[in-house]
Amino acid sequence: MASLVGSRVERKEDTRFLQGKGRYTADINIANQTYAVFVRSPHARAKIKSVDTSKALKSSGVVGVLTGKEIAEDKIGGLIAGWAIRSEDGSEMKVPANPPLAKDLANFVGEPIAVVFAETLDEAKEGAEKVKVDYKVLKAVVDPAEAMKSDAIHDGVDKNLCYDWLLGDRKAVDEAFSKADKIIKVDLINNRLVPNAMEPRACVVDYNTASEEITLYTTSQNPHLSRLVMSAFGGVAPENKLRVVAPDVGGGFGSKINVYNEEIVCSWASKKIERPIKWVAERTESFLTDTHGRDHVTHAELAVTNDGKFLGFKNETIANLGAYARVFGTVTPTYLFGPCATGVYVIPAAYSNVKAVYTNTAPVDAYRGAGRPEATYTIERLVEKAAMELGMDKTEIRMKNFPTQFPFKQTLVHTVDSGDYVAGLEKAKQMADYAGFEARRKKSEANGKLRGIGVSSYFEACGIAPSAAVMSLGCGVGLWESAEVRFNPTGQISVFTGAHSHGQSHDTTFAQIAADELGVPMENIDVVHGDTDKGTFGMGTYGSRSLTVGGIAIVNACKKIVAKGKRVAAKMLEVNEDEIEFKDGEFVALKSNKKKTIGEVAFACYLPGQRDEMKSPIPEGDEPGLIESSFFDPANFSFPAGSHICEVEIDPDTGNVKVEKYTAVDDFGRIVNPMIVEGQVHGGIAQGIGQALHENTQYDETGQLMTASYMDYTMPRADNFPEFNLGFTCTHATSNPLGVKGCGEAGAIASPPTVMNAVIDALGGQEISMPATAEKVWKACKSMKKSNAKAA
Amino acid sequence: MKSFNYHAPKDVKDASKLASSSSAFLAGGMTTIPSMKLGLASYKDVIDIKNIKKLSGIKVSGKTVTIGATTKHVEVATSKDVKKAIPALAKLAGNIGDAQVRNRGTIGGSISNNDPSACYPSACMALNAVIHTNKRKIDAEKFFTGMFETALKSGELVEAVEFQIPEKADYQKHPNPASRYAIIGVFVAKHKKDVNVAVTGAKSCVYIDKDLSKKLSSSFSVSAIEGSEVKSSGMNSDMHASAEYRANLVSLYAKKAVEAC
Ligand SMILES: Cc1cc2nc3c(=O)[nH]c(=O)nc-3n(C[C@H](O)[C@H](O)[C@H](O)COP(=O)(O)OP(=O)(O)OC[C@H]3O[C@@H](n4cnc5c(N)ncnc54)[C@H](O)[C@@H]3O)c2cc1C
Repeated sequence: MASLVGSRVERKEDTRFLQGKGRYTADINIANQTYAVFVRSPHARAKIKSVDTSKALKSSGVVGVLTGKEIAEDKIGGLIAGWAIRSEDGSEMKVPANPPLAKDLANFVGEPIAVVFAETLDEAKEGAEKVKVDYKVLKAVVDPAEAMKSDAIHDGVDKNLCYDWLLGDRKAVDEAFSKADKIIKVDLINNRLVPNAMEPRACVVDYNTASEEITLYTTSQNPHLSRLVMSAFGGVAPENKLRVVAPDVGGGFGSKINVYNEEIVCSWASKKIERPIKWVAERTESFLTDTHGRDHVTHAELAVTNDGKFLGFKNETIANLGAYARVFGTVTPTYLFGPCATGVYVIPAAYSNVKAVYTNTAPVDAYRGAGRPEATYTIERLVEKAAMELGMDKTEIRMKNFPTQFPFKQTLVHTVDSGDYVAGLEKAKQMADYAGFEARRKKSEANGKLRGIGVSSYFEACGIAPSAAVMSLGCGVGLWESAEVRFNPTGQISVFTGAHSHGQSHDTTFAQIAADELGVPMENIDVVHGDTDKGTFGMGTYGSRSLTVGGIAIVNACKKIVAKGKRVAAKMLEVNEDEIEFKDGEFVALKSNKKKTIGEVAFACYLPGQRDEMKSPIPEGDEPGLIESSFFDPANFSFPAGSHICEVEIDPDTGNVKVEKYTAVDDFGRIVNPMIVEGQVHGGIAQGIGQALHENTQYDETGQLMTASYMDYTMPRADNFPEFNLGFTCTHATSNPLGVKGCGEAGAIASPPTVMNAVIDALGGQEISMPATAEKVWKACKSMKKSNAKAA
Repeated sequence: MKSFNYHAPKDVKDASKLASSSSAFLAGGMTTIPSMKLGLASYKDVIDIKNIKKLSGIKVSGKTVTIGATTKHVEVATSKDVKKAIPALAKLAGNIGDAQVRNRGTIGGSISNNDPSACYPSACMALNAVIHTNKRKIDAEKFFTGMFETALKSGELVEAVEFQIPEKADYQKHPNPASRYAIIGVFVAKHKKDVNVAVTGAKSCVYIDKDLSKKLSSSFSVSAIEGSEVKSSGMNSDMHASAEYRANLVSLYAKKAVEAC
């Protein structure tokens, strides 16, 4: 039988998605449900003097109104930061309480203050308008670079500083810098991004007064974690009385990792008002309250020799956490960022220092790539600038500093198991016709246009799991993944996974790998995820971990099925177990060539014995049934890597930037489904180009979000992109038996510096910040003209 | 959305009778419905005018093209008659917003709303349009009175827009990357006697750039306006574009439009 792993199997889930048959949280309705509308702070920073709910309670159709006072009285816990980060001086990070409904202080526009439940959505909205909140508006802290000089917005958080973290050795770096021929410096802003999942957040809560069980349908990337957090930290219900279901979810990008205020409040309230509750975010609420991404201010330096060898690296970053520290909020700008900031290079000495600050803006958390796009942007801007200043070819300087031996012990944390960075860059150069660029540039020039080429080589640490590693870095829990494979008596198979698909195509990929392991057709396999009542505990999907961690748990569970199958088949065929070979779904007795299919074996496991043959096929010591589970905790992260090359053309009259060519060569180890992987890369690159050229989250100085709708927030569209030119190289990961590496975030990690390097190249080295909007680029073109005129 | 009374009259008379200070006409709804949903506007009566047959359609006579108020952007963009008589107008309509907006938005809604970054008002100004209402006829230059303001009185309904067919014309637009409204739109129309350069997006209301119009009237060529400075004073400055950038775009797109004529 041909292997399914490696083939472009069409997506199983497309049948339902493309026919509009997906079942999303907002599609779920429960008899007798009420509708929730949240009263949100219109101010970025304000004292809540009083909340008057009396008029709202009398409003037509209103069933209940709850505020921060009641939730505090019921001792419902707040939102949490999942990772504890220590400052350089050894002190613990400072994390303010984040109550689900703000009681005394509102800290960002959109923060929930109260909630109204009513018979209809319109009545809930009317009711919410009648909740009277008396605010004393305070001066907001908005700019992360100014936060440490501003009033503390949280009690006990001096200078608004969560932590001042250091990774690396300052002294060694100073020494390296003292030996340098040249020091390359950049000042960068990694622009804040709004995740913009196509499906806004939503929850539907059903409280069963008889069993006292709460069922929460929600838009989550990790339903089991949600249940754990809501139970252990929120105190909403014991875990066995809380079922969390994340059905089809329309995109997350990290913004649906957190348990949010609305889920905690609605779950708690459903029990209180003894009615089901439905809440669906409007797009404005998504803009204001989904966790945002990025938002760094960085100064970085690279010490180099005249012949282009890297000696040392410094990274001083201020990371904006927003108003509160959330689940991955504190680790994203530290361990997910700092170690990767030295990139794919051998750099003998390095450090990353990150000061994370609170501001009166929406909380910032993981967003596709989480820390690694910021890291790659930092090092790849530096490297490109170094090439420019040293007059070296962009690719040559990179090749010169790539490691050539693997495992590669990277300067700060990671030991990269496998890779071939030279091969990736060579292939990218070839596919992009790097050598022919000068001719294309001249052609553009003849048309009055500026053409630039940009390169970026990246690696990233993903497959976020290895418990020992993540816990040593400060994660509150170990991170592994689970799977259970259930053979039904009649031969169909349910594969339960703790990972969650919200665009990653697990229905297909996981079925491919299980089908290969079990030797059965893919059609016989259903992948089940997203329901804490189905399947064992799992950690969910983020950090490109589903296949490299969750997929391996499936492989291992399948291997256990086969192992048991062998024992049963041996007994059925009356041979020794070691005389059985499993191949293409059949257990074959090698000597006699007698066979039992895996389906026959499964049937026998459930229905031992037949009418005339009362002998049980279950070997002694084995139990009936054919169900196996596995928990997989890998030995290491996975380290995808690659090189991307971008070409842009700029119209100096308007400043319009057109992405003319985009080539990506990635090493994701073994690829299970190339079509799905290409889709992931496309999406990632699109988001990265969005960050580089279009997406511009802006708060005004009072903390109002100026870009809170698609009239003002520029989402990239299909006509902003060329056809992407994708290629792959392959070195197998050694940390998992499939040899796979994560592919979900790479596109968004590699592309922003690639595009910006091309823009800056076209501008003759003039630096501009992301997003490179037409006006910014136009201004740069003007000053270029001026300086050219002077030179002439 | 607050509740309201929905009316769908069959003729203009009934529509105008229903109108009051707390009513709105509903054409394509591309502006009205979002503003009601967001709570920026609420009305007691919403008067849907799409069932009034006489308000829709395109007529070309010898010297003019008359477009009914509820004619959709897509209809103007794809009309053979418009493409023949005033291709620039079809081009303008075909580049409004996105396909969804063009499939619902109407010319009457667009000019009655008079968004400072809408495209049609510039065509009205440059093509010496006459706005036909149920009460009177208004010259374009008197119709657009300020930001989101027009000469329309309460209950007055736009029935049609009558454009003068020019010798040549072109519309050039720098779209807002997010909404795809005009950051700047320049409509250049060469009539028998004179040339009009109408600009949208730059200021609080559409206007004729007199300097550029005069220069092009005496000589209709790019060189006639080459080097003439467009002043940024009085231009909009917002997070999408500074006044200085807008001024640059006005002179740039005026030249592009002349070139394309
Ligand atoms: C995403 C987006 C992008 C857009 N991009 C562009 C663009 O690039 N260029 C551009 O020009 N426009 C653009 N628009 C505007 C759009 O093309 C519509 O023209 C505009 O929204 C209003 O037209 P409507 O027919 O939908 O009017 P409605 O929303 O129904 O009405 C608008 C206003 O006009 C009044 N009104 C409607 N018809 C009449 C009438 N016959 N008489 C008197 N009053 C009337 C209504 O009462 C209301 O106050 C965009 C809109 C959106 C939502």
